[in-house]
Amino acid sequence: MPELVKLTIDGKEIEVPAGTLVINAARQVGIEIPAFCYYEGLALQAACRMCLVEVEKAPKLLTACTLPVAKDMIVRTETPQVAAARKGMLEFLLANHPLDCPVCDKGGECELQDMTFRYGAGESRFSEEKQHIEEQQWSPVVFFDRPRCILCFRCVRICNEGMGVAALGVINRGARSEIAPNKGDHLECDECGMCIDICPVGALTSGIYRYKTRPWEMEYAGTICTHCADGCKTTLSVRNGRVIRGNNRDHSGINGEFLCVKGRYAFDFLEHPERLHQPLVRRGVELQHASWKEAVALVAAKFNEVRERGGAFGVIGSARTTNEENFYLQKFARSWLNTNNIDHRRSGDVVALLDALAGLPGSLATTADVYHAGAVLIVGADLAQQHPLLSFQVRANVRHHGARVYVVHPHPQREDKVAAQVVRARGLAGIGQIREKLAGEQSLVVLFGEHIQGADVRRLVEMLPATARYVALVDYANSRGALDMGLLPDLLPGYQPAPAPGLSLQEMVGASLDVLWVVGANPLQGRARASGFLVVQELFLTETARQADVVFPAAAAYEKTGSFTNVCGEVQRLKKGPAVAGPKTDLEIMGLLARQMGHELAPPLPEAVFEEIRRSVAGYNIPYATFVTGAASATQYPNGPIARQGSSELIRSARDTLFTSGTLGRYCSVLNSVRERDLVRVEE
Amino acid sequence: MTFSAELEARLADMVKRYPPGHLRGALVPMLLYIQDEVGAITEDVVQEVATRLQLTPLQVEEVVGYYSMLRRQPAGRHHVQVCTNISCLLRGGEKVWDHARRQLNLQHKETSPDGQFSLEEVECIGACSWAPAVQVGYDYYHEMSPEKFDELVEKLKNQ
Amino acid sequence: MYNAPHPLEVRILTRRFGLPNSASIDTYLAHDGYKAIEKALAEMTPDKIIEEVKASALRGRGGAGFPAGLKWSFVPRQSPKPKYIVVNADESEPGTCKDRLLMENDPHQLIEGALIAARAVDAHAGYIYVRGEYRYLIDILDRAIGEAYQRGYLGKNILGSGFDFDLHTHSGAGAYECGEESALLESLEGKRGIPRIRPPFPAVVGAFGCPTVLNNVETFCSVPWIILNGGAAYANLGTRKNGGTRLFCLSGHINRPGVYELPMGFPLPRMIEEVGGGVWKGRKLKAVIPGGSSCPVLKAEETNLPMDFDSLQAAGSMLGSGGVVIIDEDTCMVKAALRIMRFYAHESCGWCIPCREGTMWLGKLLTRFHAGAGTMSDIDLIRELAQNMLGKTFCPLGDAAALPTISIVKKFREEFEEHLNGRKCPHEGKG
Repeated sequence: MPELVKLTIDGKEIEVPAGTLVINAARQVGIEIPAFCYYEGLALQAACRMCLVEVEKAPKLLTACTLPVAKDMIVRTETPQVAAARKGMLEFLLANHPLDCPVCDKGGECELQDMTFRYGAGESRFSEEKQHIEEQQWSPVVFFDRPRCILCFRCVRICNEGMGVAALGVINRGARSEIAPNKGDHLECDECGMCIDICPVGALTSGIYRYKTRPWEMEYAGTICTHCADGCKTTLSVRNGRVIRGNNRDHSGINGEFLCVKGRYAFDFLEHPERLHQPLVRRGVELQHASWKEAVALVAAKFNEVRERGGAFGVIGSARTTNEENFYLQKFARSWLNTNNIDHRRSGDVVALLDALAGLPGSLATTADVYHAGAVLIVGADLAQQHPLLSFQVRANVRHHGARVYVVHPHPQREDKVAAQVVRARGLAGIGQIREKLAGEQSLVVLFGEHIQGADVRRLVEMLPATARYVALVDYANSRGALDMGLLPDLLPGYQPAPAPGLSLQEMVGASLDVLWVVGANPLQGRARASGFLVVQELFLTETARQADVVFPAAAAYEKTGSFTNVCGEVQRLKKGPAVAGPKTDLEIMGLLARQMGHELAPPLPEAVFEEIRRSVAGYNIPYATFVTGAASATQYPNGPIARQGSSELIRSARDTLFTSGTLGRYCSVLNSVRERDLVRVEE
Repeated sequence: MTFSAELEARLADMVKRYPPGHLRGALVPMLLYIQDEVGAITEDVVQEVATRLQLTPLQVEEVVGYYSMLRRQPAGRHHVQVCTNISCLLRGGEKVWDHARRQLNLQHKETSPDGQFSLEEVECIGACSWAPAVQVGYDYYHEMSPEKFDELVEKLKNQ
Repeated sequence: MYNAPHPLEVRILTRRFGLPNSASIDTYLAHDGYKAIEKALAEMTPDKIIEEVKASALRGRGGAGFPAGLKWSFVPRQSPKPKYIVVNADESEPGTCKDRLLMENDPHQLIEGALIAARAVDAHAGYIYVRGEYRYLIDILDRAIGEAYQRGYLGKNILGSGFDFDLHTHSGAGAYECGEESALLESLEGKRGIPRIRPPFPAVVGAFGCPTVLNNVETFCSVPWIILNGGAAYANLGTRKNGGTRLFCLSGHINRPGVYELPMGFPLPRMIEEVGGGVWKGRKLKAVIPGGSSCPVLKAEETNLPMDFDSLQAAGSMLGSGGVVIIDEDTCMVKAALRIMRFYAHESCGWCIPCREGTMWLGKLLTRFHAGAGTMSDIDLIRELAQNMLGKTFCPLGDAAALPTISIVKKFREEFEEHLNGRKCPHEGKG
């Protein structure tokens, strides 16, 4: 613990740890010292001079953003001298600012506007001609308006320090200084939009959102991203039932300020012209529109018929549907369709990890652990491409806590740049090379990819210190939840053994089952169906849906309530963004089928199913209040051996990049528009 | 991109001057010496220097734009720089500047169509006690006047 | 050598100026050259060297006037990191042209000064950061450095002492801001010349993240004489707390402009009248910029001052870099303010708001004003904007732009008023 230092800010005495900056000390007593360039977590700049404060005995005003507290320091943050200085700074800033607030995207959310309002620098004494520079488009999603830019360099720092991309820089000098993209007139980067989000003014604007609306005309729903497994909160801005933008401006999720290109922009699939809005039923060779009533009746009849004659069902679930839906689906399959033929596409060996951690409680790392751990080992994973939040956490950890990062991967990775050691080798063999070093790491978080599976997972755990915490990396938003909810042929929810293991996904797609029911997955990509009757719940007419007998149009995660469990095993709540007409949530569809089949499974209400999960699934008895207030709750794992049955060495990551997202990604026009280079590839 | 043997030797020596891990230290002098030979910091130069110093082209661009002697377009064979800063101003630097513009028929940072001359109004070049001063390339000419400027131009033309 | 020496000069640093081949090592060696480092290596501990420099009351010749010995003593010699010597030869302050002469006429004196500093703080490498425009000086310095290596005054095991020191030149490429020490270090590291947040100061975290002694050319050049003749002897040349001599660059409206080495505390009126031969063309003195264009101007009646750091500060100005600019009665002070502001606008690095926007705005405003399109309220606006910069910028460049402006508006307000209502500049064409 650093020693505490007592000081006085605006007459309030406080004690803070030595080394605290005055700007942060002030915050602790509710005093907001204004700043443009200061941004917590990024390098200090002292460039905007807005945070000047009076310090007793100092000959001139000092910047609170670079001033560490000192014993008995007396700080005044709102004296006439300070207010005059700030007003002066604003006057300088506004001198060349275009003042096009009425049409600026940032209007209403602009820090410069707010500050001008606060310090009353509303009148201009600047009568010289302003320097005009045409707006530039740097990428499909990033636009830059130089005259609006106040050169706070937040964008440059977040791109460099936060993202590790360094796609933005500063060119020229003096009043001609400009933020510039890395490719002359355009950007080649992650397209994460962090630069736009962090811009205090309307200099960097989003190609997706710009000139669409005013911020006060929207409603906001903070939900969980539907793409990768990291579980970032994305706040959907909705106007007239349409999502206009995604961001995480209130920093309330596990991701803080972070969002990648997918979390921020890849919601446009919701309005893709090929989105299914009506059920489809095969009539002859063609799939034709049908009413919900007709489609549900048809499927229910078929299910009942096969069920009654003891026919074979196969059920394939999804890594993007909610825990409630997955739980309901497996319950439907097991208790009503009497089958353990249930599976989903698995992308990381969580099961082997949990088994290996039997007797080692508390050995799963949370998202926050990746930021706080003393050391991070990354094995066989392209974190920057596949787990952008975890990658962000690793970099932040290095910047803020000096974490030691070990990268074990046969190919160069972004994390190499911040690594204490890089081993250009694969898996356990690679770890073997640094085993001694790792043995000394008492606070180690291990992130490992799909290649370490089965018995290797146990070997990994045995090689590393007993205090190490782990994340088995998986692909999609609810990949982890699908496992926890028992979308597995051999394991029930909570990893309890299934009495008689069923068929795996790979076996099901090749088997001639009487019914194959696919909920939110595309297992028949590039292969013909083998089963007798195929029911698909989907957003789009995928390769699988195209072969179906009945297709139900499903709602997307952004149109649902429910929960996801992220890669670290943290449960978070989905909030419904836009209302959708036509499609129904998978839970509703299942409910309709159950009712039509004359079976009272359980009320198909997310809240009701969630309660059942909390009660019945081991590890999911999470605090309800935490859940409903939108925070993440870490689940517990069985902490005992898991009885795996049959061969399930079928794990394979889809190796999505930042710009792909499985089948869903194909319907995200923004992702496709920034994919230009296709240079990005996740190396095995 | 390769440079003359002499420049290559200089660059090779230059990169050795900085401590390990600080290769980038050579960036500013390297750019200036390369510019002297190539004439300007072209896109190729940016690429080349970035590669040699293990930087991104953007990191090089940031530096190029900052330093006023580094330029993206070639100057004339004789790059005439007239100081009009305070000490020179007081002793007729502005007259020399006006005269230079007329005589060379060039404006600030312009190059003559034949590439012989380029003209630039510059800030203090450290010749205050011998003002007004003109620098052509790296050569100093002190206590200038319109007449002496004409003589200088004649001399340069015949070089 | 560009001007004849003057009998009132006390030639310490310039004593070898004018000797045949004064830049060569042979000339240097024939005139006390490298005797100081011999003495320092043979007879003095690093602490003793620093004590001697402290005793000399040598203050930084770049402009800030910080005591050199004290600065050296801040270097944590026990630090396991390498230490560096950096010579600030980025002479760019308008009105200043002295370092140029020191490097041109006596480069070995600078090398020896840097070497002694290196010995004092246990540095084994150093850089002379020379402004890009001074290419011919880089060539001179490179030759001199080559000679010094050849004769064993640089490199490994200097004079058999076991002490190693490498010295390199490093070219800038046109940036006044790089004269500011932390911006210079950024530039030395191959970056934009943006100043650093301080503390830490360069003595602790300087070049390449290591402890660094960074001083002006003239400061280092003073060191060999101090070591040879003792700190006290040097201190006695000047006034209290202002040891030694200083190279003053007389420029502007004076009969004998030039660089003169005079004792600290030399009276300004005598400097103008006796050394400089008086204001040119028989005109009257209007104002003096006493230490480069960053300093507040002195009106003629304020110039009865001894030229040292403390006296100038007491008079509301600064001794600065030794650039003494003489301004005669026929000069337009609005024009002077404009030209000075244009310079700072050109040189502002763009990092902080008040300097970047303030210099740009003031430059535009003064241009309009000088052209006769100003209003009475603009006069106050000029002063207020400068005041809004003063003391609030990230580095001293903002003050450098604000101080002369404020002083000119304050002291020559009537000249601003003469430009009102579309009136032609009353001094135009007088020159």
